[in-house]
Amino acid sequence: MIYSEKVMEHFENPRNVGVIENPDGIGEIGNPVCGDMMTFYIKVNENRIDDVKFKTFGCGAAIAVSSIVSEMAIGKTIEDALKISNKDVAKELGGLPKNKMHCSNLGADALHKAIQNYLDKEKTPEKAAAEPSAKKKDEISCPFCEGPMEGLESFCKQCHTELKECPECGDPVTTKNETCPHCKAPLKNK
Amino acid sequence: MRKVYLDHIAAAPLHPEVSSAMMPFLTDKYGNVQSIHLFGQHLQTAVEEARCQTAGLINAKSEEVYFTSSGSEANNFAVKGLALAHQKKGRHIVLSAIEHQSVLYSAKSLEKLGFSVTHVPVDKQGVIDPSDVKKAIKTETILVSTLLASSEIGTVEPLKEIAAVCHDQDVLVHSDAVAAAGNIPVDIRSLDVDALSLSANQFYGPQGNAALFLKKGVRILPFIDGGIQESGRRAGTENVAGIVGMGKAAELARMNMAARNSKILPLRDKLIAVLPNAVERMIVTGDIKHRLPHHVSFCVEFIEGEAMLLSLSMKGIAASSGSACTSKALKASHVLLAIGLDHALAQGSLVFSLIEDNKEKDIDYLLDVFPPIIERLRSMSPLYAKYQEEK
Repeated sequence: MIYSEKVMEHFENPRNVGVIENPDGIGEIGNPVCGDMMTFYIKVNENRIDDVKFKTFGCGAAIAVSSIVSEMAIGKTIEDALKISNKDVAKELGGLPKNKMHCSNLGADALHKAIQNYLDKEKTPEKAAAEPSAKKKDEISCPFCEGPMEGLESFCKQCHTELKECPECGDPVTTKNETCPHCKAPLKNK
Repeated sequence: MRKVYLDHIAAAPLHPEVSSAMMPFLTDKYGNVQSIHLFGQHLQTAVEEARCQTAGLINAKSEEVYFTSSGSEANNFAVKGLALAHQKKGRHIVLSAIEHQSVLYSAKSLEKLGFSVTHVPVDKQGVIDPSDVKKAIKTETILVSTLLASSEIGTVEPLKEIAAVCHDQDVLVHSDAVAAAGNIPVDIRSLDVDALSLSANQFYGPQGNAALFLKKGVRILPFIDGGIQESGRRAGTENVAGIVGMGKAAELARMNMAARNSKILPLRDKLIAVLPNAVERMIVTGDIKHRLPHHVSFCVEFIEGEAMLLSLSMKGIAASSGSACTSKALKASHVLLAIGLDHALAQGSLVFSLIEDNKEKDIDYLLDVFPPIIERLRSMSPLYAKYQEEK
Protein backbone atom coordinates (compact mmCIF):
# COMPACT_ATOMS: atom_id res chain seq x y z
CA MET A 1 0.00 0.00 0.00
CA ILE A 2 1.46 3.28 -1.09
CA TYR A 3 -0.03 6.71 -0.52
CA SER A 4 0.11 9.40 -3.18
CA GLU A 5 2.44 12.34 -2.68
CA LYS A 6 -0.56 14.57 -2.08
CA VAL A 7 -1.88 12.31 0.69
CA MET A 8 1.52 12.36 2.37
CA GLU A 9 1.77 16.13 1.98
CA HIS A 10 -1.63 16.64 3.64
CA PHE A 11 -0.76 14.13 6.35
CA GLU A 12 2.45 15.99 7.08
CA ASN A 13 0.93 19.47 6.91
CA PRO A 14 -2.77 19.12 7.51
CA ARG A 15 -4.81 22.29 6.89
CA ASN A 16 -7.46 23.58 9.29
CA VAL A 17 -6.82 21.30 12.26
CA GLY A 18 -8.61 22.52 15.34
CA VAL A 19 -11.92 23.59 16.82
CA ILE A 20 -14.22 26.54 16.06
CA GLU A 21 -15.63 28.23 19.14
CA ASN A 22 -19.38 28.66 18.78
CA PRO A 23 -19.59 26.88 15.43
CA ASP A 24 -22.68 27.04 13.22
CA GLY A 25 -22.57 23.28 12.76
CA ILE A 26 -20.78 20.22 14.18
CA GLY A 27 -20.56 16.83 12.49
CA GLU A 28 -19.13 13.76 14.18
CA ILE A 29 -18.64 10.43 12.47
CA GLY A 30 -16.92 7.09 12.95
CA ASN A 31 -15.69 5.35 16.06
CA PRO A 32 -12.48 3.70 17.20
CA VAL A 33 -13.67 0.18 16.35
CA CYS A 34 -13.04 0.73 12.67
CA GLY A 35 -10.09 2.97 13.37
CA ASP A 36 -11.28 6.39 12.30
CA MET A 37 -13.16 9.20 13.99
CA MET A 38 -13.69 12.70 12.67
CA THR A 39 -15.27 15.84 14.09
CA PHE A 40 -15.93 18.74 11.72
CA TYR A 41 -16.82 22.27 12.78
CA ILE A 42 -18.20 24.83 10.30
CA LYS A 43 -18.86 28.56 10.29
CA VAL A 44 -21.48 29.73 7.76
CA ASN A 45 -21.95 33.26 6.44
CA GLU A 46 -24.76 34.13 4.01
CA ASN A 47 -25.16 30.54 2.87
CA ARG A 48 -21.43 30.18 2.27
CA ILE A 49 -18.99 28.11 4.30
CA ASP A 50 -16.64 30.65 5.81
CA ASP A 51 -14.46 28.38 7.89
CA VAL A 52 -13.92 24.69 8.58
CA LYS A 53 -11.92 23.06 11.33
CA PHE A 54 -11.53 19.39 12.17
CA LYS A 55 -10.12 16.89 14.64
CA THR A 56 -9.39 13.37 13.48
CA PHE A 57 -8.37 10.11 15.13
CA GLY A 58 -7.16 7.75 12.47
CA CYS A 59 -4.68 6.62 9.89
CA GLY A 60 -2.70 8.71 7.45
CA ALA A 61 -5.49 8.59 4.89
CA ALA A 62 -8.10 9.72 7.42
CA ILE A 63 -6.01 12.75 8.38
CA ALA A 64 -5.25 13.67 4.74
CA VAL A 65 -8.92 13.23 3.80
CA SER A 66 -10.05 15.51 6.64
CA SER A 67 -7.53 18.11 5.59
CA ILE A 68 -8.50 18.14 1.92
CA VAL A 69 -12.24 18.11 2.67
CA SER A 70 -11.77 21.22 4.80
CA GLU A 71 -9.95 22.90 1.94
CA MET A 72 -12.53 21.86 -0.61
CA ALA A 73 -15.43 23.10 1.51
CA ILE A 74 -14.19 26.55 2.49
CA GLY A 75 -15.75 29.22 0.24
CA LYS A 76 -18.39 26.90 -1.21
CA THR A 77 -22.12 27.49 -0.89
CA ILE A 78 -24.01 25.05 1.32
CA GLU A 79 -25.52 23.43 -1.79
CA ASP A 80 -22.14 22.95 -3.47
CA ALA A 81 -20.50 21.69 -0.28
CA LEU A 82 -23.23 19.07 0.05
CA LYS A 83 -22.32 17.89 -3.43
CA ILE A 84 -18.73 17.00 -2.41
CA SER A 85 -18.65 13.21 -2.63
CA ASN A 86 -16.18 10.64 -1.39
CA LYS A 87 -15.19 10.07 -5.00
CA ASP A 88 -14.32 13.76 -5.39
CA VAL A 89 -12.22 13.63 -2.22
CA ALA A 90 -10.24 10.58 -3.34
CA LYS A 91 -9.73 12.14 -6.78
CA GLU A 92 -8.52 15.39 -5.27
CA LEU A 93 -5.94 13.42 -3.23
CA GLY A 94 -4.61 11.69 -6.33
CA GLY A 95 -6.32 8.43 -5.39
CA LEU A 96 -6.42 6.33 -2.22
CA PRO A 97 -5.47 2.69 -1.67
CA LYS A 98 -8.50 0.46 -2.30
CA ASN A 99 -8.82 -0.69 1.31
CA LYS A 100 -8.75 2.94 2.51
CA MET A 101 -11.64 4.12 0.38
CA HIS A 102 -13.96 4.06 3.37
CA CYS A 103 -11.82 6.74 5.04
CA SER A 104 -12.58 9.17 2.23
CA ASN A 105 -16.26 8.35 2.70
CA LEU A 106 -15.99 9.53 6.26
CA GLY A 107 -14.56 12.96 5.41
CA ALA A 108 -17.38 14.03 3.11
CA ASP A 109 -19.92 12.43 5.47
CA ALA A 110 -18.59 14.32 8.49
CA LEU A 111 -18.78 17.59 6.55
CA HIS A 112 -22.34 16.81 5.42
CA LYS A 113 -23.28 16.02 9.00
CA ALA A 114 -21.93 19.38 10.14
CA ILE A 115 -23.94 21.11 7.40
CA GLN A 116 -27.05 19.13 8.34
CA ASN A 117 -26.53 20.19 11.94
CA TYR A 118 -26.37 23.82 10.76
CA LEU A 119 -29.51 23.43 8.61
CA ASP A 120 -31.40 21.79 11.47
CA LYS A 121 -30.55 24.69 13.76
CA GLU A 122 -31.72 27.16 11.10
CA LYS A 123 -35.13 25.50 10.89
CA THR A 124 -38.06 26.77 12.94
CA PRO A 125 -38.98 24.53 15.87
CA GLU A 126 -42.22 23.41 14.11
CA LYS A 127 -40.31 22.31 11.07
CA ALA A 128 -37.77 20.47 13.16
CA ALA A 129 -40.53 18.62 14.99
CA ALA A 130 -42.05 17.45 11.72
CA GLU A 131 -39.26 15.16 10.61
CA PRO A 132 -39.36 11.93 12.52
CA SER A 133 -38.80 10.05 9.27
CA ALA A 134 -35.30 11.44 8.88
CA LYS A 135 -34.35 9.87 12.20
CA LYS A 136 -35.59 6.48 11.14
CA LYS A 137 -32.65 5.96 8.78
CA ASP A 138 -30.18 6.17 11.63
CA GLU A 139 -31.90 3.41 13.52
CA ILE A 140 -30.18 0.69 11.50
CA SER A 141 -26.58 0.54 12.54
CA CYS A 142 -23.75 -1.93 12.27
CA PRO A 143 -23.90 -4.32 15.26
CA PHE A 144 -20.10 -4.37 15.41
CA CYS A 145 -19.01 -0.74 15.14
CA GLU A 146 -22.40 0.98 15.36
CA GLY A 147 -21.69 2.75 12.09
CA PRO A 148 -24.64 4.10 10.12
CA MET A 149 -26.25 1.82 7.53
CA GLU A 150 -28.65 2.61 4.73
CA GLY A 151 -30.60 -0.62 4.86
CA LEU A 152 -29.28 -4.13 5.19
CA GLU A 153 -26.02 -4.85 3.42
CA SER A 154 -23.74 -7.89 3.29
CA PHE A 155 -20.96 -5.98 5.02
CA CYS A 156 -20.61 -2.74 6.97
CA LYS A 157 -19.25 0.10 4.86
CA GLN A 158 -17.50 1.53 7.86
CA CYS A 159 -15.74 -1.42 9.49
CA HIS A 160 -16.06 -4.04 6.72
CA THR A 161 -17.55 -6.60 9.12
CA GLU A 162 -19.51 -9.33 7.36
CA LEU A 163 -23.20 -9.01 8.12
CA LYS A 164 -26.41 -10.95 7.65
CA GLU A 165 -30.03 -10.61 8.60
CA CYS A 166 -31.38 -11.84 11.92
CA PRO A 167 -34.09 -14.38 10.95
CA GLU A 168 -36.26 -13.18 13.87
CA CYS A 169 -36.27 -9.39 13.77
CA GLY A 170 -34.55 -8.67 10.45
CA ASP A 171 -31.90 -6.43 11.97
CA PRO A 172 -28.28 -6.78 10.86
CA VAL A 173 -26.10 -9.18 12.87
CA THR A 174 -22.48 -10.15 12.40
CA THR A 175 -21.61 -13.67 11.34
CA LYS A 176 -19.96 -14.08 14.75
CA ASN A 177 -22.92 -13.05 16.92
CA GLU A 178 -24.27 -15.98 18.88
CA THR A 179 -27.45 -14.16 19.71
CA CYS A 180 -29.06 -11.19 17.96
CA PRO A 181 -28.02 -8.01 19.81
CA HIS A 182 -31.47 -6.51 19.11
CA CYS A 183 -34.06 -9.22 19.76
CA LYS A 184 -31.78 -11.71 21.61
CA ALA A 185 -32.84 -14.56 19.34
CA PRO A 186 -30.23 -17.34 19.18
CA LEU A 187 -28.39 -17.40 15.85
CA LYS A 188 -27.09 -20.40 13.99
CA ASN A 189 -23.54 -19.18 13.64
CA LYS A 190 -20.73 -21.58 14.20
CA MET B 1 18.60 11.73 7.57
CA ARG B 2 19.41 9.04 10.09
CA LYS B 3 17.88 5.65 9.24
CA VAL B 4 16.94 3.34 12.08
CA TYR B 5 15.52 -0.10 11.42
CA LEU B 6 13.39 -1.32 14.30
CA ASP B 7 11.27 -3.82 12.41
CA HIS B 8 13.02 -7.13 13.01
CA ILE B 9 9.65 -8.90 13.30
CA ALA B 10 8.80 -7.93 9.73
CA ALA B 11 12.18 -9.20 8.51
CA ALA B 12 15.74 -9.02 9.80
CA PRO B 13 18.39 -7.83 7.31
CA LEU B 14 20.48 -10.46 5.57
CA HIS B 15 23.75 -11.09 7.40
CA PRO B 16 26.75 -10.42 5.11
CA GLU B 17 28.15 -13.91 5.77
CA VAL B 18 24.79 -15.33 4.73
CA SER B 19 24.71 -13.46 1.44
CA SER B 20 28.31 -14.55 0.71
CA ALA B 21 27.35 -18.16 1.37
CA MET B 22 24.38 -17.83 -0.98
CA MET B 23 26.13 -16.04 -3.82
CA PRO B 24 27.83 -19.05 -5.51
CA PHE B 25 24.43 -20.73 -5.79
CA LEU B 26 23.03 -17.69 -7.59
CA THR B 27 25.95 -17.65 -10.05
CA ASP B 28 28.23 -20.53 -11.00
CA LYS B 29 26.84 -23.38 -8.87
CA TYR B 30 23.76 -24.19 -10.88
CA GLY B 31 21.72 -27.27 -11.62
CA ASN B 32 18.96 -29.27 -9.94
CA VAL B 33 19.46 -30.98 -6.59
CA GLN B 34 17.72 -34.13 -7.81
CA SER B 35 19.98 -34.59 -10.87
CA ILE B 36 22.30 -37.55 -10.79
CA HIS B 37 25.19 -35.75 -12.50
CA LEU B 38 28.02 -33.90 -10.79
CA PHE B 39 26.23 -30.52 -10.93
CA GLY B 40 23.27 -31.95 -9.02
CA GLN B 41 25.44 -33.79 -6.53
CA HIS B 42 27.24 -30.57 -5.51
CA LEU B 43 23.92 -28.97 -4.77
CA GLN B 44 22.63 -31.93 -2.84
CA THR B 45 25.65 -31.79 -0.54
CA ALA B 46 25.02 -28.08 0.05
CA VAL B 47 21.31 -28.59 0.80
CA GLU B 48 22.02 -31.43 3.21
CA GLU B 49 24.63 -29.35 5.01
CA ALA B 50 22.08 -26.56 5.36
CA ARG B 51 19.55 -29.05 6.70
CA CYS B 52 22.08 -30.13 9.28
CA GLN B 53 22.84 -26.51 10.26
CA THR B 54 19.13 -25.69 10.53
CA ALA B 55 18.51 -28.81 12.64
CA GLY B 56 21.41 -27.78 14.88
CA LEU B 57 19.69 -24.52 15.78
CA ILE B 58 16.79 -26.38 17.41
CA ASN B 59 18.60 -29.59 18.46
CA ALA B 60 16.79 -31.71 15.88
CA LYS B 61 18.09 -34.45 13.59
CA SER B 62 18.61 -33.28 10.05
CA GLU B 63 16.09 -35.76 8.63
CA GLU B 64 13.47 -34.09 10.83
CA VAL B 65 13.79 -30.76 8.99
CA TYR B 66 11.60 -29.97 5.95
CA PHE B 67 12.34 -26.79 4.05
CA THR B 68 9.38 -24.61 3.08
CA SER B 69 8.93 -21.24 1.39
CA SER B 70 7.77 -19.31 4.46
CA GLY B 71 6.81 -19.55 8.11
CA SER B 72 3.20 -19.34 6.96
CA GLU B 73 3.71 -22.37 4.75
CA ALA B 74 5.34 -24.29 7.60
CA ASN B 75 2.34 -23.46 9.81
CA ASN B 76 -0.14 -24.49 7.11
CA PHE B 77 1.83 -27.68 6.51
CA ALA B 78 1.83 -28.58 10.21
CA VAL B 79 -1.74 -27.71 11.13
CA LYS B 80 -3.45 -29.08 8.03
CA GLY B 81 -1.03 -31.95 7.43
CA LEU B 82 -1.15 -33.25 11.01
CA ALA B 83 -4.91 -32.80 11.37
CA LEU B 84 -5.68 -34.58 8.11
CA ALA B 85 -3.26 -37.42 8.82
CA HIS B 86 -4.73 -38.08 12.27
CA GLN B 87 -8.43 -37.41 11.69
CA LYS B 88 -9.40 -41.04 12.21
CA LYS B 89 -8.66 -40.54 15.89
CA GLY B 90 -10.72 -37.36 16.13
CA ARG B 91 -11.41 -34.02 14.50
CA HIS B 92 -10.81 -31.49 17.25
CA ILE B 93 -7.97 -28.97 17.37
CA VAL B 94 -6.90 -26.59 20.13
CA LEU B 95 -5.22 -23.23 19.45
CA SER B 96 -4.33 -20.28 21.61
CA ALA B 97 -6.28 -17.06 21.09
CA ILE B 98 -3.17 -15.25 19.87
CA GLU B 99 -1.96 -17.45 17.03
CA HIS B 100 -0.58 -16.05 13.79
CA GLN B 101 -3.07 -15.76 10.93
CA SER B 102 -1.41 -18.68 9.12
CA VAL B 103 -2.35 -20.97 12.02
CA LEU B 104 -5.76 -19.38 12.63
CA TYR B 105 -6.83 -19.57 9.01
CA SER B 106 -5.44 -23.07 8.52
CA ALA B 107 -7.72 -24.12 11.35
CA LYS B 108 -10.59 -22.18 9.75
CA SER B 109 -10.08 -24.15 6.55
CA LEU B 110 -10.21 -27.35 8.58
CA GLU B 111 -13.48 -26.19 10.17
CA LYS B 112 -14.96 -26.09 6.69
CA LEU B 113 -14.00 -29.75 6.37
CA GLY B 114 -15.85 -30.60 9.57
CA PHE B 115 -13.14 -30.16 12.21
CA SER B 116 -13.94 -28.23 15.35
CA VAL B 117 -11.54 -25.75 16.95
CA THR B 118 -11.20 -24.47 20.51
CA HIS B 119 -9.33 -21.22 21.20
CA VAL B 120 -7.64 -21.11 24.59
CA PRO B 121 -7.69 -17.61 26.14
CA VAL B 122 -4.58 -15.80 27.39
CA ASP B 123 -4.10 -13.55 30.39
CA LYS B 124 -3.46 -9.79 30.26
CA GLN B 125 0.23 -10.38 29.51
CA GLY B 126 -0.66 -12.77 26.72
CA VAL B 127 0.44 -15.87 28.64
CA ILE B 128 -1.28 -19.20 27.95
CA ASP B 129 -2.08 -21.20 31.10
CA PRO B 130 -1.23 -24.89 30.49
CA SER B 131 -4.17 -25.89 32.69
CA ASP B 132 -6.48 -24.05 30.27
CA VAL B 133 -5.02 -26.13 27.45
CA LYS B 134 -5.66 -29.24 29.53
CA LYS B 135 -9.29 -28.21 30.02
CA ALA B 136 -9.73 -27.64 26.29
CA ILE B 137 -8.51 -31.13 25.35
CA LYS B 138 -11.28 -33.66 24.67
CA THR B 139 -11.14 -37.33 23.72
CA GLU B 140 -11.39 -36.41 20.03
CA THR B 141 -8.60 -33.79 20.22
CA ILE B 142 -5.72 -34.67 17.92
CA LEU B 143 -3.61 -31.51 17.80
CA VAL B 144 -2.68 -28.52 19.93
CA SER B 145 -0.98 -25.68 18.07
CA THR B 146 0.39 -22.83 20.10
CA LEU B 147 3.05 -20.24 19.41
CA LEU B 148 6.31 -20.12 21.29
CA ALA B 149 6.50 -16.32 21.23
CA SER B 150 4.21 -13.62 19.91
CA SER B 151 5.59 -11.21 17.34
CA GLU B 152 2.93 -8.69 18.32
CA ILE B 153 3.38 -8.52 22.08
CA GLY B 154 6.71 -10.30 22.57
CA THR B 155 5.46 -12.73 25.20
CA VAL B 156 7.28 -16.08 25.39
CA GLU B 157 4.89 -18.90 26.26
CA PRO B 158 5.42 -21.81 28.70
CA LEU B 159 5.61 -24.22 25.78
CA LYS B 160 7.34 -27.03 27.66
CA GLU B 161 4.54 -27.14 30.24
CA ILE B 162 1.88 -26.93 27.53
CA ALA B 163 3.49 -29.78 25.59
CA ALA B 164 3.65 -31.93 28.73
CA VAL B 165 -0.08 -31.47 29.31
CA CYS B 166 -0.81 -32.46 25.72
CA HIS B 167 1.39 -35.53 25.70
CA ASP B 168 -0.20 -36.69 28.96
CA GLN B 169 -3.39 -36.98 26.93
CA ASP B 170 -1.72 -38.37 23.82
CA VAL B 171 -2.27 -35.21 21.75
CA LEU B 172 0.23 -33.93 19.18
CA VAL B 173 1.82 -30.52 19.69
CA HIS B 174 2.85 -28.07 16.98
CA SER B 175 4.44 -24.75 17.83
CA ASP B 176 4.76 -21.69 15.65
CA ALA B 177 8.24 -20.60 16.74
CA VAL B 178 8.80 -18.21 13.84
CA ALA B 179 9.30 -15.16 16.06
CA ALA B 180 11.37 -17.09 18.59
CA ALA B 181 13.70 -19.47 16.74
CA GLY B 182 17.13 -17.97 16.20
CA ASN B 183 16.46 -15.27 18.81
CA ILE B 184 16.06 -17.35 21.95
CA PRO B 185 17.30 -20.90 22.59
CA VAL B 186 14.84 -23.43 21.16
CA ASP B 187 15.49 -27.07 21.96
CA ILE B 188 12.81 -29.33 20.53
CA ARG B 189 13.94 -32.28 22.69
CA SER B 190 13.64 -30.35 25.92
CA LEU B 191 10.40 -28.64 24.82
CA ASP B 192 9.20 -32.05 23.63
CA VAL B 193 7.08 -30.82 20.72
CA ASP B 194 6.13 -32.91 17.68
CA ALA B 195 6.37 -30.15 15.13
CA LEU B 196 7.76 -26.61 15.10
CA SER B 197 7.90 -23.86 12.48
CA LEU B 198 10.85 -21.51 12.02
CA SER B 199 11.69 -18.87 9.45
CA ALA B 200 15.11 -17.70 8.20
CA ASN B 201 14.25 -14.02 7.86
CA GLN B 202 13.73 -13.84 11.62
CA PHE B 203 17.41 -14.65 12.22
CA TYR B 204 19.22 -12.68 9.51
CA GLY B 205 18.59 -15.26 6.79
CA PRO B 206 16.91 -14.84 3.43
CA GLN B 207 13.21 -14.15 2.92
CA GLY B 208 11.20 -16.94 1.34
CA ASN B 209 13.00 -19.62 3.32
CA ALA B 210 11.66 -21.42 6.34
CA ALA B 211 11.36 -24.90 7.73
CA LEU B 212 9.13 -27.27 9.60
CA PHE B 213 10.62 -29.56 12.19
CA LEU B 214 8.65 -32.80 12.35
CA LYS B 215 9.59 -35.42 14.91
CA LYS B 216 10.68 -38.70 13.35
CA GLY B 217 7.82 -41.16 13.18
CA VAL B 218 5.00 -38.57 13.32
CA ARG B 219 2.64 -38.98 10.38
CA ILE B 220 1.78 -35.95 8.26
CA LEU B 221 0.07 -35.46 4.92
CA PRO B 222 2.34 -34.09 2.15
CA PHE B 223 1.81 -30.37 1.68
CA ILE B 224 2.70 -30.14 -1.99
CA ASP B 225 2.10 -33.27 -4.01
CA GLY B 226 4.57 -34.02 -6.76
CA GLY B 227 8.15 -35.18 -6.82
CA ILE B 228 10.38 -36.70 -4.19
CA GLN B 229 11.87 -33.48 -2.79
CA GLU B 230 11.80 -33.10 1.01
CA SER B 231 11.17 -36.86 1.36
CA GLY B 232 8.06 -36.57 -0.78
CA ARG B 233 6.32 -34.39 1.76
CA ARG B 234 6.88 -31.06 0.09
CA ALA B 235 7.47 -31.39 -3.64
CA GLY B 236 9.01 -28.73 -5.85
CA THR B 237 12.51 -27.91 -7.04
CA GLU B 238 14.60 -26.74 -4.10
CA ASN B 239 15.48 -23.05 -3.69
CA VAL B 240 19.13 -23.97 -3.19
CA ALA B 241 20.58 -20.50 -2.61
CA GLY B 242 17.86 -19.73 -0.08
CA ILE B 243 18.23 -23.04 1.71
CA VAL B 244 22.02 -22.58 1.92
CA GLY B 245 21.38 -19.08 3.28
CA MET B 246 18.98 -20.40 5.89
CA GLY B 247 21.54 -23.00 6.98
CA LYS B 248 24.27 -20.40 7.32
CA ALA B 249 21.95 -18.04 9.20
CA ALA B 250 20.95 -20.85 11.56
CA GLU B 251 24.58 -21.66 12.27
CA LEU B 252 25.39 -17.99 12.95
CA ALA B 253 22.31 -17.65 15.17
CA ARG B 254 23.32 -20.68 17.21
CA MET B 255 26.88 -19.43 17.67
CA ASN B 256 26.15 -15.72 18.13
CA MET B 257 22.80 -15.73 19.93
CA ALA B 258 24.20 -14.90 23.35
CA ALA B 259 26.47 -12.15 22.01
CA ARG B 260 23.69 -10.64 19.91
CA ASN B 261 21.26 -10.64 22.80
CA SER B 262 23.72 -9.12 25.24
CA LYS B 263 24.00 -6.16 22.82
CA ILE B 264 20.28 -5.86 22.16
CA LEU B 265 18.85 -6.43 25.64
CA PRO B 266 20.07 -3.18 27.24
CA LEU B 267 18.64 -1.23 24.31
CA ARG B 268 15.30 -3.00 24.62
CA ASP B 269 15.21 -2.39 28.35
CA LYS B 270 16.04 1.27 27.85
CA LEU B 271 13.04 1.64 25.53
CA ILE B 272 10.77 -0.14 28.00
CA ALA B 273 12.00 2.02 30.86
CA VAL B 274 12.07 5.42 29.18
CA LEU B 275 9.33 5.63 26.55
CA PRO B 276 6.23 5.14 28.74
CA ASN B 277 7.57 7.88 31.03
CA ALA B 278 8.26 10.27 28.15
CA VAL B 279 4.66 10.08 26.91
CA GLU B 280 1.58 10.03 29.12
CA ARG B 281 -1.04 7.29 28.71
CA MET B 282 1.26 4.84 26.99
CA ILE B 283 1.47 1.22 28.15
CA VAL B 284 3.76 -1.71 27.49
CA THR B 285 1.92 -4.71 26.05
CA GLY B 286 2.91 -8.33 26.69
CA ASP B 287 4.91 -9.93 29.46
CA ILE B 288 7.90 -7.91 30.64
CA LYS B 289 9.80 -10.85 32.11
CA HIS B 290 9.08 -13.66 29.67
CA ARG B 291 9.80 -11.67 26.57
CA LEU B 292 11.67 -11.85 23.26
CA PRO B 293 15.03 -10.08 23.70
CA HIS B 294 14.58 -7.92 20.60
CA HIS B 295 10.98 -6.94 21.17
CA VAL B 296 9.22 -3.93 22.71
CA SER B 297 5.53 -3.27 22.19
CA PHE B 298 3.29 -0.44 23.32
CA CYS B 299 -0.18 0.96 23.02
CA VAL B 300 -0.41 4.72 22.85
CA GLU B 301 -3.81 6.07 23.77
CA PHE B 302 -5.88 8.51 21.68
CA ILE B 303 -3.99 8.05 18.39
CA GLU B 304 -3.79 5.46 15.69
CA GLY B 305 -0.87 3.17 14.81
CA GLU B 306 -0.55 3.80 11.10
CA ALA B 307 -0.34 7.55 11.60
CA MET B 308 2.51 6.90 14.09
CA LEU B 309 4.29 4.59 11.64
CA LEU B 310 4.09 7.16 8.84
CA SER B 311 5.35 9.90 11.13
CA LEU B 312 8.23 7.75 12.36
CA SER B 313 9.04 6.78 8.77
CA MET B 314 9.34 10.47 7.87
CA LYS B 315 12.04 10.60 10.54
CA GLY B 316 13.77 7.54 9.08
CA ILE B 317 12.53 5.08 11.69
CA ALA B 318 10.94 1.74 10.72
CA ALA B 319 8.51 0.10 13.17
CA SER B 320 5.25 -1.90 13.02
CA SER B 321 1.75 -1.81 14.44
CA GLY B 322 -1.23 -4.09 14.93
CA SER B 323 -3.80 -1.35 14.41
CA ALA B 324 -6.83 -1.92 12.20
CA CYS B 325 -5.67 0.66 9.69
CA THR B 326 -2.31 -0.99 9.12
CA SER B 327 -3.94 -4.33 8.44
CA LYS B 328 -5.46 -4.78 5.02
CA ALA B 329 -8.53 -6.29 6.66
CA LEU B 330 -9.09 -3.09 8.67
CA LYS B 331 -9.69 -5.04 11.85
CA ALA B 332 -7.99 -4.52 15.18
CA SER B 333 -5.45 -7.21 15.98
CA HIS B 334 -7.05 -10.29 17.55
CA VAL B 335 -3.94 -10.57 19.74
CA LEU B 336 -4.48 -7.16 21.32
CA LEU B 337 -8.19 -7.82 21.82
CA ALA B 338 -7.33 -11.22 23.36
CA ILE B 339 -5.17 -9.58 26.06
CA GLY B 340 -8.19 -7.48 26.97
CA LEU B 341 -7.46 -4.15 25.29
CA ASP B 342 -10.45 -2.25 23.95
CA HIS B 343 -10.65 -1.31 20.28
CA ALA B 344 -9.56 2.30 20.79
CA LEU B 345 -6.43 1.34 22.70
CA ALA B 346 -5.61 -1.50 20.28
CA GLN B 347 -5.59 1.09 17.47
CA GLY B 348 -2.63 2.77 19.12
CA SER B 349 -0.41 -0.29 18.90
CA LEU B 350 3.26 0.09 18.15
CA VAL B 351 6.06 -2.50 17.97
CA PHE B 352 9.78 -1.76 17.94
CA SER B 353 11.93 -4.82 17.27
CA LEU B 354 15.68 -4.51 17.38
CA ILE B 355 18.33 -5.87 15.07
CA GLU B 356 21.93 -6.62 16.02
CA ASP B 357 23.20 -3.51 14.20
CA ASN B 358 21.14 -1.09 16.30
CA LYS B 359 23.24 1.27 18.39
CA GLU B 360 22.47 3.17 21.53
CA LYS B 361 22.52 6.35 19.41
CA ASP B 362 19.61 4.92 17.39
CA ILE B 363 17.57 4.43 20.51
CA ASP B 364 18.42 7.92 21.77
CA TYR B 365 17.36 9.31 18.40
CA LEU B 366 14.03 7.49 18.69
CA LEU B 367 13.54 8.76 22.24
CA ASP B 368 14.21 12.24 20.89
CA VAL B 369 11.79 12.29 17.99
CA PHE B 370 9.02 10.18 19.51
CA PRO B 371 7.36 12.56 22.00
CA PRO B 372 6.86 15.40 19.45
CA ILE B 373 5.28 12.92 16.99
CA ILE B 374 2.81 11.80 19.62
CA GLU B 375 2.10 15.38 20.61
CA ARG B 376 1.37 16.40 17.00
CA LEU B 377 -1.00 13.48 16.37
CA ARG B 378 -2.74 13.98 19.69
CA SER B 379 -3.28 17.66 18.92
CA MET B 380 -5.40 16.45 15.99
CA SER B 381 -7.26 13.76 17.93
CA PRO B 382 -10.85 14.32 19.09
CA LEU B 383 -10.34 11.54 21.66
CA TYR B 384 -7.40 13.35 23.22
CA ALA B 385 -9.40 16.60 23.29
CA LYS B 386 -12.16 14.80 25.21
CA TYR B 387 -9.62 13.31 27.61
CA GLN B 388 -8.15 16.73 28.33
CA GLU B 389 -11.57 18.28 28.89
CA GLU B 390 -12.37 15.57 31.41
CA LYS B 391 -9.02 16.10 33.08
